Amino acid sequence: MKPTDIHDPEYFHKVVDCQYACPAHTPVPEYIRLIAAKRYTDAYLINWESNVFPGVLGRTCDRPCEPACRRGRVEEEPVAICRLKRVAADNKGDLTDRMPKIPTQKNGYKVALIGGGPASLTVARDLMPLGYSIDLYDDQRAAGGFMRSQIPAFRLPESVLNEEVNYILDMGVVCHHNHYVESLKGVLDKRYDAVFVGTGAPRGRDLDIPGRAEAAANVHIGIDWLSSVAFEHIDSIGKRVIVLGGGNTAMDCCRTARRLGGEDVKVVVRSPFAEMKASPWEKEDAQHEGIPILDNHVPKAFVVESGKLVAMQFEKVKAVYDGSGKRSLVPLSEPPVTIPCDDVLVAIGQENAFPWIERDIGIEFGKWDMPVVDATTFQSSNPRVFFGGDAAFGPENVITAVAHGHQAAVSIDLFCRGEAVSQRPPPGVTLVSQKMGIHEWSYDSQVESDKRYEVPQAALADTLSNRKMEVELGFDEQTAFDEAQRCLNCDAQTVFSEKLCIECDACIDICPTDCLTFAVNDGDEDSLRQRLKIPANNRDQDIYVSTDLKTGRAMVKDENVCLHCGLCAERCPTAAWDMQKFYYTVTKAGQSV
Amino acid sequence: MTYTRPAFRHPELPSNALGYTRKDYEGAISTLCAGCGHDSISAAIVQACFELSIAPHKVAKLSGIGCSSKTPTYFLGNSHGFNSVHGRMPSVATGANLANRELIYIGVSGDGDTASIGMGQFTHAVRRNLNMMYVVENNGCYGLTKGQDSATADVGSASKKGEPNPFEPIDLASVALQLGATFVARSFSGDRAQLVPLVKAAISHRGFAFIDVISPCVTFNNNPASTKGYEHVRDHLAATGTVDYVPFKEEISTDYKQGESKEVTLHDGSVVHLHKADPQLDLSSRRSALRLIKDYKAKDQILTGLLFMDEDSRDLHEILGTSKTPLRDLVEADLCPGQNVLAKLNDSWR
Repeated sequence: MKPTDIHDPEYFHKVVDCQYACPAHTPVPEYIRLIAAKRYTDAYLINWESNVFPGVLGRTCDRPCEPACRRGRVEEEPVAICRLKRVAADNKGDLTDRMPKIPTQKNGYKVALIGGGPASLTVARDLMPLGYSIDLYDDQRAAGGFMRSQIPAFRLPESVLNEEVNYILDMGVVCHHNHYVESLKGVLDKRYDAVFVGTGAPRGRDLDIPGRAEAAANVHIGIDWLSSVAFEHIDSIGKRVIVLGGGNTAMDCCRTARRLGGEDVKVVVRSPFAEMKASPWEKEDAQHEGIPILDNHVPKAFVVESGKLVAMQFEKVKAVYDGSGKRSLVPLSEPPVTIPCDDVLVAIGQENAFPWIERDIGIEFGKWDMPVVDATTFQSSNPRVFFGGDAAFGPENVITAVAHGHQAAVSIDLFCRGEAVSQRPPPGVTLVSQKMGIHEWSYDSQVESDKRYEVPQAALADTLSNRKMEVELGFDEQTAFDEAQRCLNCDAQTVFSEKLCIECDACIDICPTDCLTFAVNDGDEDSLRQRLKIPANNRDQDIYVSTDLKTGRAMVKDENVCLHCGLCAERCPTAAWDMQKFYYTVTKAGQSV
Repeated sequence: MTYTRPAFRHPELPSNALGYTRKDYEGAISTLCAGCGHDSISAAIVQACFELSIAPHKVAKLSGIGCSSKTPTYFLGNSHGFNSVHGRMPSVATGANLANRELIYIGVSGDGDTASIGMGQFTHAVRRNLNMMYVVENNGCYGLTKGQDSATADVGSASKKGEPNPFEPIDLASVALQLGATFVARSFSGDRAQLVPLVKAAISHRGFAFIDVISPCVTFNNNPASTKGYEHVRDHLAATGTVDYVPFKEEISTDYKQGESKEVTLHDGSVVHLHKADPQLDLSSRRSALRLIKDYKAKDQILTGLLFMDEDSRDLHEILGTSKTPLRDLVEADLCPGQNVLAKLNDSWR
């Protein structure tokens, strides 16, 4: 196997599992250390630079970082990364002086943003400090997109959202609220240098089964209903509510229904409970509010009596898997299940829709009538038009939309300046030794054994009676510190210098998780992985292979469960191992490298 | 020193026949200098005991004074231990062994503790064939008192201070051979592949099993002019062959070539295999071992590996015909069998 090239920035990037898994590649361990040091403003700004909405995401992120967290591989639960982010947002100080300065002298380029959600706002955040003039068009009365219309206030207080949206709008974005763009051609005709489409996936899927038309008055599309609640067009619902669907929108629907007068609210889902799309913690929160989740029930009909919805009928199924793991739902030979109800919320998915984009303006549409968008540059086949967020590749989440926004901003900046959008800037990378003394590192290398701390919640009676009362209270400072100390500092990289190693075995003996082995590197990677002190069976994790040492063996490190405790470096008599902080940032528009 | 070791271990840590993982054989975190050969020997003992599925509470660790003698704290934290007076470990081991023959005795000593202050004690433990493994962690210097040359330092070898040693060294393996040790080996702390099977064989051997392990002192004696530094030892290493330890009942799967290998069956049915690198070695001959040690030294090489083994060894208990029961298990009825027994005994002499 070829020795590892640690000069490839992606090698160590991948070791920082949380950052690597994050679509925006936020430097997680760095801000967690700042939180532990009570430097909340600094922690917030690292987040803000990278993910633009730390307060929003600290409450609502899908947290792809947490399943990736190394802690989850050495004990039961990952670090509560998402809720630590909220701690930074809750406790930060005044940011006025630390926001980017917006040039009064504009650079002469005009950009239109269509849709006011996280993707568009991120584009504005990146381009405004460069001197761009930006117009934002949105059909709602305030910017924020799905963050405003879909995420209920009991999960995300409006004040938090407003604050973070306004950091961007206050840069001088010209907003056209309550303005539905009916024609992209019309926008292009206004001679913008570039147009960014961030209109989300705004169409909720309907359920075409018997009785749908007759029951129409009491059947609501989930995302439209949530939006109507958010904008206060709806303030009540029937006592008995059925929510169809197993995703996070379904969880938001049922919990909102509980707060709007729903007393007997049930979630009914086709798939088995374990396979529901909703995040585990959202399912838990719904169940905690007394909402049962009935799985393996396929909706068959709306039951209407005297012109009014009275119940729904379901068929019970079981999931059967074929050899390749493909699932089919096989009906059980049981009588249909009838569940009485007053209202039904349909939250079974959402789709993109571009009725307002003319098909003769150079934008190619492909599968499922989606625009053809380059996955790296976010440019469409009309070079002036860029897409991002759910509008680009279908429904994802806020953090993915932000990541798209950053990259689209890079492209728009290159495009406006007449440079090739395919020339992507390399990431910003630093690698610096953390050694301060013989047994002293500039990070807290001691590994704590604490289990994950739970985020406290407000009393159920209080939150259920007030739609806008936030359920989660957030960590207090002490709990935040304790939780932050669970972070393994995976960005403190173990860096090996072959020429210093005397092969004394000290690092191999001290390593608590048996990551290190001296092995003869004469086969392929598979063979080498099997010959380690403990075979490196997790193929998602790399092995770090040195060049050959004096005895003809190589130092091989399985990155999988390295605790980054620094003991290998502390026990090394020649400093062949060193702990070096790897700081990786995604280069944004206008940043020179 | 390193202050704490995280509690987490590899989730796929293998377990042995007793259901223990290597973690159950660990001791406290070492306070020796970073890179000390002694830590490597501790790790080899941990590995060997784990692989042999020895119940930790069935082991007694004994030591004297010195860097080496501190190490029993750093392995087998669930075993019995006695850190005795400087050079007096053999006496304490003898007493413990006579009192309870059911434990496995692991003695750890250094070149100072054995070849200087404890030489008199050492020699008698050897000639009595006390049933124990006696490991000397041999670094050629007194590391705990700033690195003075020890009695095992080679003539001309210079430690960090730079002054060549003018005195003849004591070769402890040769001494052990001459005094009747029934298992003698030499190894190097930096050669784990050799050391672990040697430790396993030594623990399984009945009688005095001696291993002289060259164990570099990184702080005082790991410089180019020293003959006990990592670099010198690696460059001058020669081995009698590779040793395999095959526990009783486990099938021997490797196909050994005739004439190149020697099999020794131990009292418990386990087998030690030596794949000989030097055909002149006769494992059952002390003279062969002593001659080879000298020959290799003349070639400026350090001969390591298994040097001698007597599978018919009779340990001190057998020689003395001592009680088969550990003393602590002897109850009053055993010790004072009563008037009848005494009367019978007296009658037998009349």
